[in-house]
Amino acid sequence: MLEIGLAHYLTVGAILFTLGVFGIFLNRRNVITILMSIELMLLAVNINFVAFSYFLNDLVGQIFAMFVLTVAAAETAIGLAIIVVFFRNRGTIAVQDINQMKG
Amino acid sequence: MIQALVFYLFAAVAVASGVMVISARNPVHAVLFLILTFFNAAGLFLLCGAEFLAMVLVVVYVGAVAVLFLFVVMLLDINYLKLREGFLQYLPTGALIGLVLLAELLLVFGSWKFAPDAPLSVGTHVPDPAVVTNTDAIGRLLYTEYFYLFQIAGLVLLVAMIGTILLTLRSRTGVRKQKISSQVTRTKADSVEIRKVPSGGGI
Repeated sequence: MLEIGLAHYLTVGAILFTLGVFGIFLNRRNVITILMSIELMLLAVNINFVAFSYFLNDLVGQIFAMFVLTVAAAETAIGLAIIVVFFRNRGTIAVQDINQMKG
Repeated sequence: MIQALVFYLFAAVAVASGVMVISARNPVHAVLFLILTFFNAAGLFLLCGAEFLAMVLVVVYVGAVAVLFLFVVMLLDINYLKLREGFLQYLPTGALIGLVLLAELLLVFGSWKFAPDAPLSVGTHVPDPAVVTNTDAIGRLLYTEYFYLFQIAGLVLLVAMIGTILLTLRSRTGVRKQKISSQVTRTKADSVEIRKVPSGGGI
């Protein structure tokens, strides 16, 4: 219990990932909270990468975590920009109103 | 001993604030709890010896991404309480899927161990922190073996930046802007007109 192993870190990552998935279901109407849930999931992935890097003594995991960080930052910026533009055009960000592309 | 206690502290606060992120009534509170989650994840990274990533997480996520979230949440004039209607409607399905996912992940971790030759296949070992610092080691690897990947990551950020500017830029009509070029190129001929005014006649 007091010896922290890989399983401990992976458990934290699993719980955070599950919270992210759960958040998407729970806040189905609020796009901003959905984006935050996606951030939580990416953070869980990063924790897994770093934990494996530490316990396998391999530096590449940390390099990869940095690339995940880059993509997450780009995704957030684009997502929030889309939300701002959508709000400017329609005056709402409720997910169920975003159905203009429906055939 | 101390390491274990610190690990449990960081992990517990990270998970608790993660719960608050998805359940907070006020989206501003959700963003602030997201910041707390990132801080504690950075603490976990520090425990793993990934100092550089921990600092990058604080700078990039807390300093840029979370503030961007805060900015957008405060910028948009939305009734967030209305968006939460039907919050409990999806709770059973979401809870079921979440629990199944969590149980599966934990089952995998419970009966899992390294392949015996996994440590042998490691490409680049983490150097001794007393000899080479973590930042130094990451730099040596990133700028040599992963240089092209690093450049592509920069391109991803560039495309994201251009896309964001392009999406949110708009030219509004009816705004009076100072046009310096037209001010500078103004000549005496098209701005001043001299008229002979006959005395007593008016213009």
